[in-house]
Amino acid sequence: MTGLWSLWRRELVRFFRQPSRVAGAAGSPLLFWLLLGSGLSSSFRLPGAAGVDYLEYFYPGTLVLVVLFAAIFSTISIIEDRREGFLQGVLAAPVSRAAIVAGKVLGGATLAWLQGAAFLLLAPVAGLHVSVASLLAAAGVLALLAVALTALGFACAWSVDSVQGFHAIMNLLLVPLWLLSGAVFPLTGAPVWLAALMRLNPLTYGVAALRQTFYVAAAPAADGLPGAGVSLLILAAVGALAFAADLLVLRRGRLE
Amino acid sequence: MTAQPSEEGLPAVQAQGVEYSYPGGRALAGLDFRVARGEIYGFLGPNGGGKTTLFRLLATLLPLQRGTLTVLGADLVRQAREVRRHLGVVFQNPSLDLQLSVAENLTHHGWLYGLSGRDLATRIDRQLERFGLTDRRDQRARELSGGLRRRTEIAKALLHDPRLLLLDEPSTGLDPAARRDLWDALTALRQDGVTVLLTTHFMEEGDRCDRLALLDRGRLVAEGTPAVLKEEIGGDVVTVTGPDPQALARDLAARFPELAPTVRDGSVRLERERAHEWVARLVEALPGRIDAVTVARPTLEDVFLHRTGHRLYGGEDAA
Repeated sequence: MTGLWSLWRRELVRFFRQPSRVAGAAGSPLLFWLLLGSGLSSSFRLPGAAGVDYLEYFYPGTLVLVVLFAAIFSTISIIEDRREGFLQGVLAAPVSRAAIVAGKVLGGATLAWLQGAAFLLLAPVAGLHVSVASLLAAAGVLALLAVALTALGFACAWSVDSVQGFHAIMNLLLVPLWLLSGAVFPLTGAPVWLAALMRLNPLTYGVAALRQTFYVAAAPAADGLPGAGVSLLILAAVGALAFAADLLVLRRGRLE
Repeated sequence: MTAQPSEEGLPAVQAQGVEYSYPGGRALAGLDFRVARGEIYGFLGPNGGGKTTLFRLLATLLPLQRGTLTVLGADLVRQAREVRRHLGVVFQNPSLDLQLSVAENLTHHGWLYGLSGRDLATRIDRQLERFGLTDRRDQRARELSGGLRRRTEIAKALLHDPRLLLLDEPSTGLDPAARRDLWDALTALRQDGVTVLLTTHFMEEGDRCDRLALLDRGRLVAEGTPAVLKEEIGGDVVTVTGPDPQALARDLAARFPELAPTVRDGSVRLERERAHEWVARLVEALPGRIDAVTVARPTLEDVFLHRTGHRLYGGEDAA
């Protein structure tokens, strides 16, 4: 257990010692949201939900983007750990492999969650009138999302050799994944093939769960969205599968 | 926790038929060796000879493909966790977190090994003191010189009182003073009953081991104490150089069949007792054709050359 704690703590210490990472990770989604949200707010009309402007519609999606970027980029440390040799010291220690994965994943997820939670405080700016209860619920969804995404990033980062390669793959993968999650445009009204893709996308369930925590009654544009319960289950399943994959790649013992 | 691998008499490391292959080819082709407790045992060989693969297997970083490895009485595969508990590992490329300070690196290591609290703090102080790092305690690892990083790495590896210390090319990148300090530390550890196993491609380092194995192309080509290994050379090593070593060797063999000269690396080699008596005879036998004759006590390099037919340094080219 002390091994897990130590690895978790180290992720946090490292993050806060490199302040440029903090700004870089959280900054771009914030800009996205402000610019796109303001720019599109007059032309955007949500089917069946008047009064929801784009800044508000786009807000849950941006939250997901913050967590997505933060989670995936926190796993870059795995590539660095391997290259700098730090990881070999950990692997030679009498710590269970599951604790190693858990320490790294929870460390990265904590960082991602902190960034998401900071962004959550901007909900009133988005025009959302949220209760403390729904803020807490949203924070919970973000936590689950952060763990699942960091676990996914872990397995990807492990099989990539360089930080540059990781960036390339992630840009190719992450942005479309996010675009097709219901973050930018709703499921309803999307062409059938696109809607099918969106249903296969695990991020869709993150966005859906989050969207529904913000509204006491039915969320605008909730038609066609998977229910909150199902969404959470699917997120948890994705996280568990990714964790198993992490353990598998770690056991393979690929070091260089 | 239940296994008590400290029973006297059991070897520190026992290897049988250890093989390892990478997708690109075979790195270890069946190794058998036995390291006694409390000895300093070295693997000497050229780069690419299989040392690092063997080191990684022993450090439990690579899965054993074939054969058995027993460390302190525990099976490396089935009791990996138990083995890891008693291993101290010094990597060639230090396994420090460069963002963390020296003390933080040690603390992290202690936690990984289940140490905490006052016990850990005392251990850290002791290691810092021992390796002259006390005034570097709060310095980030990335600000340290290569030698200091290596020292921190060794302090870290000893923090949990390992019974078997593994070192991969420990002298590489160390200046002579740091090298001497390192060996003082290793000798002191042996006195405490710690077994030290290291890899090296420096024959000077091989000379300081209690016993060593010569590793070449994944095979053990010789094993023993440095003195015993050198005895097999049978006397001194005479090296004769001249413009045409092949012709030189041929004519020397014709003149003195008992010398059995060989050409290795562009010079003629003979192994002879009382070699100094031969110097004048050789030069007189082939007047004007010899540039230099040197007589030397055999080194581990000579043993290596004798056993493998190629040199320790730049082995790939000579092979």
